[in-house]
Amino acid sequence: MRHTISVLVENKFGVLARIAGLFSARGYNIASLAVSETLDPEVSYMTIVVEAKDEKVLEQINKQLNKLIDVITVTDFTKKEHIDRELVLAKVNYSSRDKAKLEAVFGKFVGKIIHHKADTAIIEAVGDQDQIKALLEELDKFGIKELVRTGKLAISN
Amino acid sequence: MKMTGSQILLECLKREGVEVVFGYPGGQILPTFDALYGYKGFKFILTRHEQGAAHAADGYARVTGKVGVCLSTSGPGATNLVTGIANAFMDSIPMVAITGQVPTSLIGNDAFQEADITGITRPITKHNYLVKDIKDLARIVREAFYIASSGRPGPVLIDLPKDVQVAQTDFDWPQEPKLRSYNPRYTGHPGQIKRAAKLIMESKKPIFYVGGGVITSGASDELLELAERIGAPVTWTLMGIGGFPSLHKQSLGMLGMHGTAYANHSIMDADLIIALGARFDDRVTGRLDMFAPNAKVVHIDIDPSSISKNVKVHIPIVGDARQVIVELSGEIKRKPAIGDWLQHVEDLKKKYPMCYKDKDKILPQYVIQQIDEVTSGEAIICTEVGQNQMWAAQWYNYTKPRTFVSSGGLGTMGFGFPAAIGAKLGQPDKTVFNVAGDGSIQMNIQELATCVENKINVKVAILNNGYLGMVRQWQELFYKRRYSYTPITSPDFVKLAESYGALGIRVTKKDEVKPALQRAIETDNTVFIDFLIEEEENVFPMVPAGEAINNILGGLA
Repeated sequence: MRHTISVLVENKFGVLARIAGLFSARGYNIASLAVSETLDPEVSYMTIVVEAKDEKVLEQINKQLNKLIDVITVTDFTKKEHIDRELVLAKVNYSSRDKAKLEAVFGKFVGKIIHHKADTAIIEAVGDQDQIKALLEELDKFGIKELVRTGKLAISN
Repeated sequence: MKMTGSQILLECLKREGVEVVFGYPGGQILPTFDALYGYKGFKFILTRHEQGAAHAADGYARVTGKVGVCLSTSGPGATNLVTGIANAFMDSIPMVAITGQVPTSLIGNDAFQEADITGITRPITKHNYLVKDIKDLARIVREAFYIASSGRPGPVLIDLPKDVQVAQTDFDWPQEPKLRSYNPRYTGHPGQIKRAAKLIMESKKPIFYVGGGVITSGASDELLELAERIGAPVTWTLMGIGGFPSLHKQSLGMLGMHGTAYANHSIMDADLIIALGARFDDRVTGRLDMFAPNAKVVHIDIDPSSISKNVKVHIPIVGDARQVIVELSGEIKRKPAIGDWLQHVEDLKKKYPMCYKDKDKILPQYVIQQIDEVTSGEAIICTEVGQNQMWAAQWYNYTKPRTFVSSGGLGTMGFGFPAAIGAKLGQPDKTVFNVAGDGSIQMNIQELATCVENKINVKVAILNNGYLGMVRQWQELFYKRRYSYTPITSPDFVKLAESYGALGIRVTKKDEVKPALQRAIETDNTVFIDFLIEEEENVFPMVPAGEAINNILGGLA
């Protein structure tokens, strides 16, 4: 099962390595990771998405995260109400012939064209996981040349 | 007044109450050793290897309860500390390790004797620091001691680049550290404690399962009182040895792989386990899905991550063992009705006594019993790892906490001798023995020089069987006696001791054991006693790895 975990940490060097180490030491791959400062520049907020094969191991990771001296709070959003969003930038094939078709996509799906050249357009989209997935399936029909994603951000509601 | 980083470090250590630092100099820690020249604020002990320094600091911490401190240079000096740091981490020992580092301008340049020691020690320290600005140094040292000694204790490393050691600033002794992200919880949850008390009073077959947390929190007296009020039998882990008097009528001795058969049978039959500062390690539980099938578990531990890690816990109580025991004691209004259970446990004790079959050659169990006798159970016993460790755990009657010093979690051969050095410095009035094997003692034997040079009067009992005995035992039992690289040769330990300026005694006959021990104790010097023991004696009882703990080999079980 996929878990979305947020971790509030002291904004100090080495803290990311400490957190990543808890996952890697147990053979867990972090699916996505987003880190940035909060309103308080001494505190950073991390959103970590991880695939847990064994819930017990994840519970142990959560407890170990809490044990790290630089970790202030840990929240597992999996069983909590929250809003999550991800930003993606996609470079897709673009020809004047397809222009109308591509623009029509954004009537039904999240996203917009933020840049285009003769043969490529860059699409920016913000949405939850389902919205992003649906958009990418649609864009695939045009041919995605390159894709970058921020990873999930989550906030409680 | 301006002070250098090195001077600030020494001043901070002194103010933290440090009595002794163990270490070894080198290039990138030179400014600090220059400040140490003629320094009188605390004692400095030069070991012969950085690993020895780390284990000595660890041994000192175990017998005193204070923070042990070790100091090394960068690169190889720092990496040589790693085993000692990992050892302290696994056994929750408060330690501050200080390493020199290349100047900040060279970090990351593959400079001479550079190692990313904060990176290397990240998973084996409670916390670590790279000091990049001298202005942070005093605060970091204070935090390091606070973190190392509070909550579940552990090692903290401070990496100190050379330029920070020589930089200058005004010294300010910082306020007591307050960390918003680190607030260990000491008092137990009152509701949980009430529920635990109810379960205890209603139980029919309760048993105490005591770990190192009882020693760490200084809970022995409180445990004795609580145990006598409830009347339940008490068993303990290797780390819990000394937490409860072993000759007490409720005592069951150690449980687990080499525990007493009656302790293992008792916990398997129990309906309630009161776990105090123990973590249900695999050497204790054996096969997990068969462990104590009918027992509910009350688990008291200061570390939430220890609870429900291995076994399902019915009533978790996060807190300091001593405080929670006191709180729990107040809620026990009546003794549970456990007469039948105590009779059952008594029967188990009679049915499966601890025993060994006498042989012509000296038996290691006998040597330990004789050490017990000549020291009246009052010595500090350090051990190496392997058979020597298990015999020392089984056959000495420990009566007080902080008298058994052994590498529990990491199982580090070579730990005992340097740890004994630290133990003797921490408790100079006590007789300190290191129970060793002929394999283990050769792993840090260079510390003989440290002992003799500093007149650290440690007695080393080498149980010399010509084998790496515990591995040989497994090969005998599980690998068809294929003794692959376990026969081991040794130097002449008597001559070796003498060449360092220590006393060496060889013992080949049973009736020489006691006189040799007495002579060793009376000698005001480090003594190596080379006991030539039965070569293929095994440690029994034994539960094969991965089996249920009532599936016991050896003894009369």
